[in-house]
Amino acid sequence: MTDERPTVAVWKFASCDGCQLTLLDCEDEFLAIAGAVRFAHFPEVSRASVDGPYDLSIVEGSITTEEDARRIREVRTSSRRLITVGACATAGGIQALRNSAADGAYAGAVYAHPEYLSSLGTSTPIAAHVAVDLELQGCPISAGQLLEVITAELAGRRPVLPSHSVCQECKAAGTVCLPVSRGTACLGPVTRAGCGGLCPSLDRGCFGCFGPSVGANPRALTEHLLEEGTTRAEAARLFATFNVGNPVFGDQAAALSAPERQGGQP
Amino acid sequence: MTHGSGSHRTIAVEGLSRVEGEGSLRVDVRDGVVEDVALTIFEPPRFFEALLQGRAAAEAPDITARICGICPVAYQMSACAAVEDAVGVRVGHRVTALRRLLYCGEWIQSHALHIYLLHAPDFLGCADAVELAERDRAAVQRGLDLKKTGNLVMETVGGRAVHPVNVKVGGFYRAPDPADVAALAGPLERARDAALATVSWVAGFDFPDVEGEYRFVALRGDGRYPMESGRVTSSDGLDVTAGGFADRVVEEHVARSTALHARLDGRLEYLTGPLARYALNADQLPEVARRAAADAGLGPVCTNPFRSIVVRAVELVAACAEALRLVLAYEPPDPPAAPVGWRAGVGTGATEAPRGLLFHRYGLDDAGLITSARIVPPTSQNQLTIEADLRRVAQAGLALPDDQLTWRCEQAVRNHDPCISCAAHFLDVTVVHR
Repeated sequence: MTDERPTVAVWKFASCDGCQLTLLDCEDEFLAIAGAVRFAHFPEVSRASVDGPYDLSIVEGSITTEEDARRIREVRTSSRRLITVGACATAGGIQALRNSAADGAYAGAVYAHPEYLSSLGTSTPIAAHVAVDLELQGCPISAGQLLEVITAELAGRRPVLPSHSVCQECKAAGTVCLPVSRGTACLGPVTRAGCGGLCPSLDRGCFGCFGPSVGANPRALTEHLLEEGTTRAEAARLFATFNVGNPVFGDQAAALSAPERQGGQP
Repeated sequence: MTHGSGSHRTIAVEGLSRVEGEGSLRVDVRDGVVEDVALTIFEPPRFFEALLQGRAAAEAPDITARICGICPVAYQMSACAAVEDAVGVRVGHRVTALRRLLYCGEWIQSHALHIYLLHAPDFLGCADAVELAERDRAAVQRGLDLKKTGNLVMETVGGRAVHPVNVKVGGFYRAPDPADVAALAGPLERARDAALATVSWVAGFDFPDVEGEYRFVALRGDGRYPMESGRVTSSDGLDVTAGGFADRVVEEHVARSTALHARLDGRLEYLTGPLARYALNADQLPEVARRAAADAGLGPVCTNPFRSIVVRAVELVAACAEALRLVLAYEPPDPPAAPVGWRAGVGTGATEAPRGLLFHRYGLDDAGLITSARIVPPTSQNQLTIEADLRRVAQAGLALPDDQLTWRCEQAVRNHDPCISCAAHFLDVTVVHR
């Protein structure tokens, strides 16, 4: 009997493994998914691997080496659909902070022999290298959104994903607005929904791990943050974390640090 | 893959699987003797120590969590301990208890993942847990249920399972509601029983007859099994603070690895993780875990690396029992975090990640910005010992056909649950016979 289930491949580039783990964290659904699809390549889970082509490739991680830049082109060629998951794959991840550093400064700070490394000076999202069919933001991604995306891919429909901001999730959950009530620095107004307004529900300002929402206006938010007493350096750091490689956040961080770095930004 | 003929044989497998991250391993055999072994880590480096410079120390728990999605709590706990050491903050016992509960959640999640999804399939001849589930769905479901309970603990205390958001230097943003914590008791009782069933299950596996010679290094708990704090001790008499230990660990950058190789005093290899913790702290296990260890036939020290799965299962019992104790004794810390005053200083923090000792050291300026960072993950410390294990396991298994020897060598690496994402942050296997 031939196996007619769709084939799924999971690929890792520079990343922490957390977004693939999110798939395994769907404990109630994992065996059902593994029945509905055939995991043809998923090294974190299986020593068995089948060559492509694959119906769906799920890609985690950013491109930081020449070899990985070559490998992602191969993955694209062997995949009918390719989706990227997480801040590393969609924006370059926290490791994209190197993009604004002087060449070699990072490797030299960590490794005694930078010449042993074959690392690029930049960390870039998958979409900078190959065509991507769908990007799922988050650091880490939401398990619910991942299940929706996989289900939609298998059904051949568009996934229902929010494009609005964390602000609306707080309103829906009835969470008191921290910036308004306490002056807490919060990226909720410019950050894509998906977490359910998690940090504000824990008395913590949003730190933007889902990256920018559609139509985000970080400049207006920055003016508000500065008026409320956040320093320029603090605001710059707030925008320069896991999604610094997304220009909506990255350009704002660069604008905030420009005077101090004396035009050192690209 | 096999190449060569006569006394020169090459076995090469690309892509060691069921580990976290990317690397390769190679065994060279000449005339029936294992000549050279190398665990190569080619996971692309992410330069965390460099990107932390100039960041606020308050950001260290969230940024370093991104080193590893499997053990983010370990990074958060070691980062908090190091920063608090640098600025002289002491947290109260309620914060410590809540941190320990969060850490128990990560141990349960990570150990259940490793035992059921990554390691057990090796002993049962399955490519993966999906194939295992076709034979014994109840076992795999038990593992997934355990994992889910670990995640539930992390979600309740930390806000979410991967990269929790509730941890801060000094404690927590918000103390979890007592009713939410109390609701963990039922799932944790069931998890403890499932963990006991896990010990019986894995104790019945067939283990290759290999004994390692290890210098064990682990934290020594203060009356309890070590997790979030303790002095660094070893099987040959070391007993130092985290800072004292960091002073004595020398890391070497070798061409084949983007993980640095750590040695004690610049020369001694050592092993951290479940085997080490158990050897140095078996007397501190909760009673239910100690009994489970005895019933599984574990002596006071286990040096068969393949039996690490049994020790890990015993630790799973311990983490469930400990979490249950903490849940029943929960008192919300008020305030949820100790106040932190920034000042210049250097601090070190060491905690027990599920796969071994993890230490961080930070230098801070008087505004609380990081001037230097050093992060030494368990797999960097274990890498040389894993290579020594590979040599022993390959030598003991030379009579095996190529495919079985290759599988066993992969297993020798998985025995130590390496987190290569951490250490360099994949593995492909090459066995060369000459």
